[in-house]
Amino acid sequence: MKRILVLGTIVIGCLGSAWAQQVVGEVNKRGEKPKIAVPDFRGGGDAQRLMDVFNRTLAGELQNSGQVNLVAKTLYPLRVPQQPQDFRPPLNGQSQGPWLTDWSGPPVNANYLAFGYTAVQTNQLILSGWLYDVAQSSASSAQLVGKVYLGTVDEDGARKVAREFAADILKQFGAVSLLGSHIYFVSDRTGHKEIWSMNYDGTDQKQFTSYRTITNFPVVAPDGTKIAFTTYPLLASSKAAAPNDPRAALNQQRQNLGQPQIFVHSLETGRKLVYYNQQASMNAASDFMPDSRHLLIYSSAGGGYSIYETDLDGGSIQRLTHSSAIDVEPKVNPKTGADIVFVSGRGGMPQIYKMNIDGTDVSRLTTGEGEAVNPCWSPDGQHIAFAWTRGFEPGNYNIFVMDVATREVVQLTHGAGRNENPVWAPDGVHLVFSSTRAGRTEIYTMLADGTNVQQLTNQGNNEKPVWAKGIQ
Amino acid sequence: MTERERSHAYQFRAAVLALMFTLFLAGCKKTPPPPPPPPPPAASAPTAPTPPARATINSFTAEPSSIERGQASTLSWSISNATDMTISGGVGAVQSQGQRQVFPTSTTTFTLTANGPGGSDTRTVTVNVSTPPPPPPTAPPPPRLSSSDLLQQQAQDAYFDYDKSDVRSDARDALTKDATLLRQIFAQDPNFTVVVEGHCDERGSAEYNLALGDRRASSARDLLVQLGVPADRLKTISYGKERPQCTEANEECWQKNRRAHLSPGQ
Repeated sequence: MKRILVLGTIVIGCLGSAWAQQVVGEVNKRGEKPKIAVPDFRGGGDAQRLMDVFNRTLAGELQNSGQVNLVAKTLYPLRVPQQPQDFRPPLNGQSQGPWLTDWSGPPVNANYLAFGYTAVQTNQLILSGWLYDVAQSSASSAQLVGKVYLGTVDEDGARKVAREFAADILKQFGAVSLLGSHIYFVSDRTGHKEIWSMNYDGTDQKQFTSYRTITNFPVVAPDGTKIAFTTYPLLASSKAAAPNDPRAALNQQRQNLGQPQIFVHSLETGRKLVYYNQQASMNAASDFMPDSRHLLIYSSAGGGYSIYETDLDGGSIQRLTHSSAIDVEPKVNPKTGADIVFVSGRGGMPQIYKMNIDGTDVSRLTTGEGEAVNPCWSPDGQHIAFAWTRGFEPGNYNIFVMDVATREVVQLTHGAGRNENPVWAPDGVHLVFSSTRAGRTEIYTMLADGTNVQQLTNQGNNEKPVWAKGIQ
Repeated sequence: MTERERSHAYQFRAAVLALMFTLFLAGCKKTPPPPPPPPPPAASAPTAPTPPARATINSFTAEPSSIERGQASTLSWSISNATDMTISGGVGAVQSQGQRQVFPTSTTTFTLTANGPGGSDTRTVTVNVSTPPPPPPTAPPPPRLSSSDLLQQQAQDAYFDYDKSDVRSDARDALTKDATLLRQIFAQDPNFTVVVEGHCDERGSAEYNLALGDRRASSARDLLVQLGVPADRLKTISYGKERPQCTEANEECWQKNRRAHLSPGQ
């Protein structure tokens, strides 16, 4: 069963990637997005108390998708259909009731209408939802989505059915659903940097690791089954400190930590898997290969700071770079599996370079100005997002997107604090990143054109986000 | 001038005066009458034998007269006309003139007895002996610093330029001192090891700084080894920018964070 689902995710991912290119283009040409009218849904009986949450979630999902425009509710006609039977075609030019042209004509000028209702039946919240193309001449030809969704009779259930309905609507526009996707990130809210996860809207934030040292740099396999990260293991002697030792607090500050190492965990069981680190003062995980069975890492093994590819258990190690400079952050093109972008200090300040998977044909992608770091491929393998100090003081990074073929760059953030670690969402339309714009380092999402910025975290410092496709 | 010398001087002056007076009297009389015959000397009883002179202690001193136990005082004396001279208090028979160092352990009165055919004389001096104050309680030996404390108190950080890992001259000076300290600590404490930590300021990316910190730590380690510190007692670790010393956003603070730092190992 799981295999089928995983396969399904991959298939959807591939279809989605083809679309993503167009969508990025669409996002960049604002105003050409389909316009959807979403009147407030009503609930029968006990369901009505959940409709506030439902309507906010549905509108939010559609709005935040970046793939559609919502028409302002103030423009809506007074007669709002709740089910297909409510539509009455006009007779001899005389309106007989709600009709498609109420929505397609001025002042609404929508392309699509989402409508429906909810009710509680046998202890379940039932959503009946439809999407109509209001440019059509008949109600039957207008229907694009007509479906029933089930949830629990509470706010979680209301959010669930709203998200599922929104996902079905967005699919009509070629969007890859973010439904079920998670953002993994690093938070220090417990006093130690640990890996956490949350929904892509910032809800349901959960601690994933409890190493109580420094855990950093998560990466998630494309199939969503594994996570790799870099941890300083706690050495035995500092573990043994008595809990009521008055110097415990001091000891905690002076924890005796081992050198940073790569850890791999299963996301299905949460358990640590075997990974043999190279004998080196530093090993750090950086990316999974598209097959989810190999890792790209950077390590000080062999005397340099070089890029290696290993199996999931650390075996079959292959060295890909041999520079005497620092090479870090290798990221493989998820579409081709054949190109790697990485950060290197070989020309001075860190810049982004590209090479073939075998280490040949190295070229610099960024201009050499400032410091360019944190590259991440878009799902279609055509763009990279990265953090760059170009035009700013060292440390003041902004998010940029580069078309790798033409090397044209678009700047998405503009000097609001440090903006780092941009990572594409599976839909190819959103980016998640960290920013200090509000003081502490927090995680934000935005569209790939820099608009619709949403703050997702607000406890402690939160950074190093990665956006993982869900496994369902 | 001693007492004795002083008395000789008096005698001499008296004789000179007497002679001068005689000459004066003689010189003034222009026509001196013939002198009367000298009277017979009154005291001269040539028949009675001259009695022997009485023994006399001219001086007897102790210098210094107050000492602390264990110190010396010098007794000095001068005696005339004595044939038998002793000083009590363990000194014993002495010559008519002399000095003797004594080391009394408590206050002692020395008695000089001089016996002669003409009689005896006695004098005493007292040497006061005080007990020295007890020695100040010897300060407890300073608690022996553990190797960890020694390292943490005395090791100096080596600082680096932005995005650099080569050892500046000030860092070389710091590490040269550290090498001396480490050799000393390792000699005393054969099981002690040291971690060379590499740190970066907050500005670079965390990923790049992980490697940069590692490179700073190994630059510092390599220099320490060149300076004779055993390599097998040193381990490196990069904290990148995870353990800043200072958290303000200015160059002074950033410089403090771009460092190699020595900390106790396992």
